[in-house]
Amino acid sequence: MVDRSSPPPRPPLSAASLTLRLAGIAVVVAVVAGAFAYVNATLDPQRLTPKKLINVLETNNGVHPGFRRNHSKGVCVIGHFESSGEARSYSSAQVFNEARTPVVGRFALPAGNPYAPDNSVPIRSLALRFTQANGQQWRTGMNSMPVFPVGTPEAFYQLQQAQSPDPATGKPNPAAVPAFFGAHPEAAPFLAWIKTAKPSASYVTETYNSVNAFYLVNAAGQKQAVRWSMVPLVQDAAGATAPEGGDFLEKDLVQRIATGPLRWQLNLTLANPGDPVNDASKAWPDGRKVVNAGTLVLESTQPQLNGECRDINYDPLVLPAGIEGSDDPLLAARSAGYASSYLRRTSEVSQLPAAKQEAQQ
Amino acid sequence: MSAQPNHFAPLARLLHWLMALMIIAMLFIGAGMVASVSERHEWLIHLHKPLGIAILLLVIVRLGVRFSTRQPPLPADLPGWQVLAAKASHVLLYALMFILPLLGWAMISAAGDPVMLSSSLQLPSILPANAQVFAFLRKAHGYLAYLLFLTVLLHLAAALFHAWVRRDDVLDSMLRGKDRG
Repeated sequence: MVDRSSPPPRPPLSAASLTLRLAGIAVVVAVVAGAFAYVNATLDPQRLTPKKLINVLETNNGVHPGFRRNHSKGVCVIGHFESSGEARSYSSAQVFNEARTPVVGRFALPAGNPYAPDNSVPIRSLALRFTQANGQQWRTGMNSMPVFPVGTPEAFYQLQQAQSPDPATGKPNPAAVPAFFGAHPEAAPFLAWIKTAKPSASYVTETYNSVNAFYLVNAAGQKQAVRWSMVPLVQDAAGATAPEGGDFLEKDLVQRIATGPLRWQLNLTLANPGDPVNDASKAWPDGRKVVNAGTLVLESTQPQLNGECRDINYDPLVLPAGIEGSDDPLLAARSAGYASSYLRRTSEVSQLPAAKQEAQQ
Repeated sequence: MSAQPNHFAPLARLLHWLMALMIIAMLFIGAGMVASVSERHEWLIHLHKPLGIAILLLVIVRLGVRFSTRQPPLPADLPGWQVLAAKASHVLLYALMFILPLLGWAMISAAGDPVMLSSSLQLPSILPANAQVFAFLRKAHGYLAYLLFLTVLLHLAAALFHAWVRRDDVLDSMLRGKDRG
């Protein structure tokens, strides 16, 4: 088979023309490569990236291979959700329509050190994954505080930077955090709350709040902005305080769950028109309509090092049809940051203490 | 009928330019979404997944078209190393445009995440959940995407080299259906 016959004669290019043409090719390639380098942030170093967000957590907390970069200390829980049916008119999500949806959750401390003492922070968190019969999932990460300190990922990043060790002293600059809050008046509701907050003696007696807002979407396509809370059906006598020692929360949970399932009521707080949907630092005024969507029933615990929750990324934007994210900028940042943390820690699974023990046996 | 065509078949050209647009968009979307914490991260991801599956479907059609149509030959006077580079880079391009969507699908599956193409359109998982498998696939997806980008740049540079320096018919055979002149 002959190749294309007799190409038309081409006069040779002059040296100048050849150089110009090769330079033209180089320019085209450089423009495309440069645009790509801008988009991937190489040529846009000021941009806040997921990598920076997770790096600052590692700077502040140290790297603990295999563990989450934040909320590192926790325990897995297994249970289910029983829908009351009352949220059905607001959301077409199966979780509100089916009688029962299986749940894998995780209680945790909001700190980046998996060995932090339980009484070192007055906040606890609860993450849940609901797996609907149709295969769609609802993942949510909730905290026991009513509002977030700040409303944007940039401010969150600056707050983390304020807590970073000063390279000169190796310790955080004690003036940095007060200076940050001085410049961020939006943190006032959070600061007012934390002033009175005490480390609870139990995960079980806490209310866990979505903090961010979402939209419920019903079968007719109507959208309703909501925030949700898991409200405990068990309350300890007033004045219960955290015991001494650093590791009481998991023991308490295991003991209580051994005597029977633990229950929370899922409250959906419906926004009024004008309530801030895109700012997790602002509380909604009292008097909002609250829908009791059903009951979370937790039946057993698993250690986080080999439990089912370990390999779940509780990305708050993994949502079933019938629930949508709001334009709260923290939601996208959580989703992006968690993905970065998830890749790092799943790359380090073999370095986890439990994995090491298993390998030695 | 035994004469070699001067041009790619019309369907082959349509698929080439359509997929060129989609793949370049996809590379930029992917690079941008993993480097962003803003709402852009979210809407880019929502584009990335269905676009990836569309590319996977189209590359299957395209391979069928490739093997059932005749391609114009490379110029007879093309140096041997350039012939080899042309053939190897095309194999690499086809391989990557087929493998990358599959890797994306597999890594979401291995993370235990539902594979959602829209708020309600769900694909089945193609792997059981496994954290270490996820980490491997996620890294492979990233590195191979960069390899695809570099191969696309090389392809672009080579096409322009044919058009501007060698001044042969190679770029023209993908641009037009009729002979020049």
